[in-house]
Amino acid sequence: MTSLPLILDITKTHLLAKKKQTLVAALGVTFGIGTYIIMMSFMTGLNSLLDGLVLNRTPHIQIFNKIEPSEVQPIEQISSSPNLIRSIKPQNKLERIHDALPLLNELKNSQQIEGATPQTTARVFYLAGTNKLNGVLNGVEVQEESRLFNLNEYIIEGDVNSIDRNKYNIILGAGVARKLSLQLGDKIQVMSTSGTTFGLTISAIFQSGLAEVDDTQSYINLSMAQQIQGAGANYITRIHVKLKDIEQAIPLSQSIETVYDVEALDIKTANAQFETGSDIRTLISYAVSFTLLIVAGFGIYNILNMFIYEKMNDIAILKATGFTGTDVMLIFISQALLIGFIGGVLGLGLGYGVSLLIDGTPFETEALPTIKTYPINYNIQFYATGIVFSLVATFLAGYLPARKAQKMDPVEIIRGQ
Amino acid sequence: MNPVLETKNVNKYFREPVNFHVLKDISIALQPNEFVSIMGKSGCGKSTLLYILSTMDTDYEGEVWIDGENMRNKNRTQLADIRNEKIGFVFQFHYLLPEFSVLKNVMLPALKLGKESPSSIEKNALDKLNLLGIKDQAHKKASKISGGQKQRVSIARALINHPKIIMGDEPTGNLDSKNSENVFNILRDLSTELGLSLLVVTHDMDFAEKTDRIIEMGDGFIIND
Repeated sequence: MTSLPLILDITKTHLLAKKKQTLVAALGVTFGIGTYIIMMSFMTGLNSLLDGLVLNRTPHIQIFNKIEPSEVQPIEQISSSPNLIRSIKPQNKLERIHDALPLLNELKNSQQIEGATPQTTARVFYLAGTNKLNGVLNGVEVQEESRLFNLNEYIIEGDVNSIDRNKYNIILGAGVARKLSLQLGDKIQVMSTSGTTFGLTISAIFQSGLAEVDDTQSYINLSMAQQIQGAGANYITRIHVKLKDIEQAIPLSQSIETVYDVEALDIKTANAQFETGSDIRTLISYAVSFTLLIVAGFGIYNILNMFIYEKMNDIAILKATGFTGTDVMLIFISQALLIGFIGGVLGLGLGYGVSLLIDGTPFETEALPTIKTYPINYNIQFYATGIVFSLVATFLAGYLPARKAQKMDPVEIIRGQ
Repeated sequence: MNPVLETKNVNKYFREPVNFHVLKDISIALQPNEFVSIMGKSGCGKSTLLYILSTMDTDYEGEVWIDGENMRNKNRTQLADIRNEKIGFVFQFHYLLPEFSVLKNVMLPALKLGKESPSSIEKNALDKLNLLGIKDQAHKKASKISGGQKQRVSIARALINHPKIIMGDEPTGNLDSKNSENVFNILRDLSTELGLSLLVVTHDMDFAEKTDRIIEMGDGFIIND
């Protein structure tokens, strides 16, 4: 076998002698890999943006009181024969969760759970002049709410923690603020269902992007909400749970339901249609990336094939002067790999550059007040796949014609002249 | 003296497009220091014979012995090594690597052989180019020199590994009479000075008559040796 330096020297001369052709071949790889990286970064960026739209703000498990007819009706406890009961009504129950504080404590101490926050919901009217606007006040522990469900990301004006500092502050929904033409710092009156009115100061405005939420809901201090409900510190209507592993949502919600007398709604049941949409988007991005790689692969194969077939004459000369088939094969494979490497690295650069461009392109949407530009997922995995693919594809694309060159009798080429 | 190249009953068939018996019982021998030409009409099989003798074509019946070794038992890699070390080629159409410099073209077979350092190979190659009177072209690209010069470069390349035999397939085939004369004189001198055996396939009667021996072929047979 010939020493590698000699083979690489021949490779280098071949590639440098036809710089334009080499460049075209390398650019073929570059565009394939570049497009792959751009598409994947952009598509998965958009996907996670859309996923985040729902997942980041939706609790993995929502715990609240169930209001439904008892499964076992009193008559069935005394008579085992079939009973015909008409017009069953649910038992009158309080909205609050029974024994909420011990339950909350237990959840917070659980290994599987990232965090749990209590909420007290109060139905109110927003009062402005003679207008009454239906609304819902969510009493929250704002720091936990920000940590677990990114409440802070939806604040378009003011400070999210202001309701923690002063319980007479309110984070008003953007829709409510617009309808009542209220601004930051204005006063707002709210009237509870029992008829009591409270004066609150607008310390922040949030916009979730979901009109039905923005037009009705507001956030206030948890104890203020309890005060509006005229109840004590154990009056909690909902508990929102975030898990460490979202896959645990279904089993955990079931076990909570069996242990406690509550309804536990897991995210998968609550957002079944979202799950389907997310799956389909993932499927599409895989299909697109697969297609891109296939197309790039064939492009690379075509270019390299031409590249090598043009050199058939050289193959005959090298063989006639004593180079072995393996030498010839190595020469062409090393050329292919070098083209793949140069093209691949340029492709990574192209992919990264265009990703930066997209990342800098303004993208403003009502739904996401914190997003200012198009999302890009800078996942190192795409870059690794890109460079590995460019090397593997050029190797294969070079290997097939190189193998043919290895086996070819020089006479066949010389005689063909 | 043992012949440097010998064939024993070589037969060759072309199977495509129809079965065709090209070479029929060819038995020839080439002695050291001998300058032999093979003549014959187009299609008589002389080039085919040369390719078999050169070990590039392995699809034949019979035996080919080079420098006391039977080529039948060699694999492709061993044959490539024999071509590299013992045989020098001069083709009709020069067959230089166009992307490489003249010097590099001459050096490549020696670099492949790898017996000397690159610097001494370079010196040796320059000597060979000097011998052929084209040292001044050494650093030009092979595609940038004239036909006669290319032919001389390919002779220099054939010489670089001090082969036992130089084979030529119409080495003067597409040269004008002056260049043709030049190439013949160079080959003649090499034969006497370096003690090489030369085997040249040619159409050129003038050329052939000046060689030591003419082997005449017709319809796959040796007609006259």
